[in-house]
Amino acid sequence: MLGFMMVIIKRDLLLIARQPADFLNPLVFFVLVVAMFPLGVSPESALLSQMAAGVIWVAAMLATLLSLELLFKHDHQDGSLEQLLLAPYPNWSLVLAKVCVHWLVSGLPLILLSPIMAMMLFLPYDAVPALMLSLMLGTPTLSLLGAIGAALVTGVRGGGMLLTLLILPLYVPVIIFGASCVAAAVLGMPISAYLALLAALLIFALMITPWAASAALKL
Amino acid sequence: MSSVLSPTNPPSAAPPKAILHVQNLACERDERCLYHGLTLSVQRGELWHIKGNNGAGKTTFLKQLAGLHSIDEGDVTYASNTTKVIYIGHKLGLKDQLTANENLSWLVSLSGSSTQAQRYDALEKVGLRGYEENLVAHLSAGQKRRVAFARLHLQYADLWLLDEPFTSLDQQGIADEQSWLRQHLHMGGSVLMTSHQEVTVDGVKILDLGNYALANDLFKRGC
Repeated sequence: MLGFMMVIIKRDLLLIARQPADFLNPLVFFVLVVAMFPLGVSPESALLSQMAAGVIWVAAMLATLLSLELLFKHDHQDGSLEQLLLAPYPNWSLVLAKVCVHWLVSGLPLILLSPIMAMMLFLPYDAVPALMLSLMLGTPTLSLLGAIGAALVTGVRGGGMLLTLLILPLYVPVIIFGASCVAAAVLGMPISAYLALLAALLIFALMITPWAASAALKL
Repeated sequence: MSSVLSPTNPPSAAPPKAILHVQNLACERDERCLYHGLTLSVQRGELWHIKGNNGAGKTTFLKQLAGLHSIDEGDVTYASNTTKVIYIGHKLGLKDQLTANENLSWLVSLSGSSTQAQRYDALEKVGLRGYEENLVAHLSAGQKRRVAFARLHLQYADLWLLDEPFTSLDQQGIADEQSWLRQHLHMGGSVLMTSHQEVTVDGVKILDLGNYALANDLFKRGC
């Protein structure tokens, strides 16, 4: 089973290396959204540092949404999804492997970029670890929950909008706890409660996603 | 974990003769009944040529057998849980951005393993010597199909489900493929395939989906 998942992960990473545009687009989008905020709102550091947590979290969520539509789409179009579903392993392992790859190429780079974005928005340095920690727990949840939507709209023409509508409500708690975690850190308050809530959401997503997404893929 | 057997080395124990039973299968798409009451038993060494007009449900039938399409009515039962099936559909399941060799590598490793030498060998058998490290995106439609078929030379499977395998192959390709089909049948494998062309394999059995369609009635919906 692990071997099967490794085959998919290796294959997909190779595909992304051959065609990096799919992976770079959301990252560029993330950086641009954050970079445009000081221009659009006000370059004042006091105001920006107050909004920083929310802006970075919302931009990270939108960037994730942007890349989710492709999660199963190419595989569906060229028929390799059929071959993956026919492999003699449970389909949830296929879903988990795909989510792993998605997080590696979208969530992880967002986390690595976030300190730079924090600097651009004058987020206090003390709050940067909280930002990275909350993203570390939150972005896998975004990838996991998004996989359910991506599986549902596989094979639907122009499913991007539908995917956004389906998934956005599920993202709301992650955004709330993620952004509040950083806001609490800015004020110097303890953040362990927020991290615990984010971790709980992650475990919940880890439990339902493989089951729900593999069921949706077979529709 | 299933092991990969080379085509020249099929399982030694004498397997049961029947490989697949289809009982009273029906298929409904968009509230239209494509076929119903389809009963069929596939034995080892048999080749079934599935015929039917466009839209008769040939592709859906193969997908139902492979387990890729839901079955609302009827049963599809394999002789044993270990029956190995290879399905090659209209969409070949090849990644454009990977080379022929890389594509075979991941496809085979879903249920076994292969060495580079074996994959090169299989590609040579399908007439793609020298194209091993070319991106599939740069191959012609017929060559892509040959890459997909190279898998049949790498993995032993009891049953091949092939959807329009002759599409975009040249005359030589079609002749080659028919000889692979014969070889597979000779080794005790079975084939179910759709095609609009004639299959010139001895003892080919015909399944006409038209015989299982409902009488054309505009007001009757469903099966």
